[in-house]
Amino acid sequence: MANKRIDQPTGTETVGHEWDGIEELNTPLPRWWLWLFYITIVWAAVYTVLYPAWPMISKGTEGYFGWTSRGQLAQEIDAVEASRAEFRTQLANLPVEQLQANPGLMGQAVAGGSAAFKVNCVQCHGSGAAGSPGFPNLADDDWLWGGDIKAIETTLTHGIRQPGDGATRLSAMPPFAGAFSPAQMNALVDHVLSLSGNGQSSAVGAQLYADNCVACHGAAGEGDRMQGAPRLNDAITLYGNSRDAIARQIQQPRMGVMPSWQGRLDPVTIKMLAAYVHSLGGGEDFVEAGPEPVTQADEQP
Amino acid sequence: MNSPEPIRGAAPESLYEARKTVHNKRIDGPFRRFKWLVMLVTLTIYYVTPWLRWDRGPYAPDQAVLVDLANRRFYMFGIEIWPHEFYFVAGLLIMAGIGLFLVTSAVGRAWCGYACPQTVWTDVFQHIDRFVDGDRNARVRLDNAPWTVGKIARRLFKWSIYLLISMATGGAWILYFADAPTLLRDFVAGEAAPVAYGTVLILTFTTFALGGFMREQVCIYMCPWPRIQTAMLDEKSLIVTYKDWRGEPRGSVKKAEKNPDEFGDCIDCMQCVQVCPTGIDIREGAQIGCITCALCIDACDRVMKDIGRPRGLIDYATLEDCERETAGEPPRPAWKALLHIRTLVYLLIWGSIGLGLLFALGNRAHTDISVTPDRNPPFMLMSDGSVRNAYTIKLRNMQARPREMEVSVEGLPEGKFWTDKIGLEQADQAQRVRVDADATLAIRAYVIVPSGAKSQDFIFKVTALDEQGETDTSETLFNAPGGM
Repeated sequence: MANKRIDQPTGTETVGHEWDGIEELNTPLPRWWLWLFYITIVWAAVYTVLYPAWPMISKGTEGYFGWTSRGQLAQEIDAVEASRAEFRTQLANLPVEQLQANPGLMGQAVAGGSAAFKVNCVQCHGSGAAGSPGFPNLADDDWLWGGDIKAIETTLTHGIRQPGDGATRLSAMPPFAGAFSPAQMNALVDHVLSLSGNGQSSAVGAQLYADNCVACHGAAGEGDRMQGAPRLNDAITLYGNSRDAIARQIQQPRMGVMPSWQGRLDPVTIKMLAAYVHSLGGGEDFVEAGPEPVTQADEQP
Repeated sequence: MNSPEPIRGAAPESLYEARKTVHNKRIDGPFRRFKWLVMLVTLTIYYVTPWLRWDRGPYAPDQAVLVDLANRRFYMFGIEIWPHEFYFVAGLLIMAGIGLFLVTSAVGRAWCGYACPQTVWTDVFQHIDRFVDGDRNARVRLDNAPWTVGKIARRLFKWSIYLLISMATGGAWILYFADAPTLLRDFVAGEAAPVAYGTVLILTFTTFALGGFMREQVCIYMCPWPRIQTAMLDEKSLIVTYKDWRGEPRGSVKKAEKNPDEFGDCIDCMQCVQVCPTGIDIREGAQIGCITCALCIDACDRVMKDIGRPRGLIDYATLEDCERETAGEPPRPAWKALLHIRTLVYLLIWGSIGLGLLFALGNRAHTDISVTPDRNPPFMLMSDGSVRNAYTIKLRNMQARPREMEVSVEGLPEGKFWTDKIGLEQADQAQRVRVDADATLAIRAYVIVPSGAKSQDFIFKVTALDEQGETDTSETLFNAPGGM
């Protein structure tokens, strides 16, 4: 039985029900609130038509605008690429050895190379490019294949010991397992250590070195970058400088590989990587070995 | 209870108080003239400051007061603040806060009454009302009149003046953030930055709404400051007070002539209420709506003069004074109200911070070095057995001219360094670099120590190679195999 009345203190109508003397006031939602609620319903209906919304069996509805978050990302990436187009063209047309003469371009290349390095190179060389045993340190001044920017670019482009790339960096150290008696082995290791000032050589060791190693590593252990033979007379060793490590490297040499990045990365990214690696603190100056660069006459006949 | 008769027409209690528009009457008097003066001074400062020039040489802007957000510099006449010196700004803000306390303690809500932008702009808009629609009575009549064409036209005219003033307010604000003449030209030509237009739009809207329409409601409902002040005021604070001991009971001049002993000085003429810009009745006592602009004092003094009674029925006084006067003692001179202990304490704090800031300002260095060592890799073993560490060094030249500086490594035996600008073959214990005017230069430094190096602390020192020869140092760590 509806029993509506006006509640006196508030002046509001009751809903007309009463439970043990407890009544409820009729306070409807404000109109403006109700209208906003209806508008949100209409909004939602329109939204589901314009934008992807309803899940179907194999895929959802695509929406009238055909918008996707993936498509938006692609657009944004394209926009960034477009903004870099001029820089990339300049870099593509500039021989890498001339990059250092152009500080602005070099700075941008180093920044770009830093980003590419973190994606492609840190897995082996480490995030600080300091390497680890077996993976060369790129920030020091010791280079297996040359440390000028052109040599770095070549190493990056063709990789190391990559079958199928004719220009890849290729060298092989023969395994000497079984070739020496334990005493000879000890003497040879002593001699190798003595090259970097870490031990006493002996006549036997020196003779063994002269017979077997000099061809590639040089008489004083100075190495040979042409064939990627490491320097033995410096403080840096790739596979460790303990006696065991050196003996193992003589008997069963480990030889690392590096992917050829040609085809995986575009030439501009490789240039940027070369610039970045060169900038890490150990980069060497490029020395022109070829013919004089052709100078262009700028006077019209 | 069978269907009781619904009670119709019972007025519900409402918690909402509808605003009563304030139509304040024109008044003239010493306080009104003081208010004009403060308005003139504050608005002049606001509108003229961005156009003042200050020569800082060829490498810095010549605007006297400039907040250069893009280049992260704050210029104020001869002072230039860098982001790392932001504590000066923090110090100024603290001084402004304590300054408000000081003023409140000494002279009550003087800030609210005279200098607050809300007060000044409300005052301007109320004068526009008077200029367009006439004084109080005419405005009340117009407000109650139906919406005829004439009224609409009058309102639109008034609001367009509001809008012009609001735009001028917002427009002047942005001039503090860029070179004023250039920005004004770009702004008019439609070439200024979007943020400039956005700022002007927002400030135009807020001025239009807060100054044009909300007015005293901002002070009464929105502003936190009156609430803080009510907590700060005590019986020693100078406030605008109605002296009820003298005024009550109220009665007209005629009644008072018949029964001189029965009535006080207040003749209930309502002038104090009509001139009030916030629409309060000061005779009800101190209240949050009273901004102590003292216009009611002007109004009351004029009436008292006209009817030949002494001035000061409404006056600046402390509650202590009121009690003293009620007891029949002579009033104290006003300056005594200024000198009480709390005021002096605030003055002391305010002054010490100010002096501290001035001292820091006078002694701050214009050359600065900061060094961040590379953490990855922490050190690098070179082929000859020497150890190399890499550092990023930032040199700040806070002078408005380019300077040569010498950076040196100290406390590192045999330590030498080269940089990304100076090659390895020139590695030395000290290097010279040139830092542009008013700029920070970041350089990569490679420090090398011959073989056998140990991890140890050392310092980078920068020395400006000019007459002042300022220096600064930064301690950092040289890492080597084997740790410390």
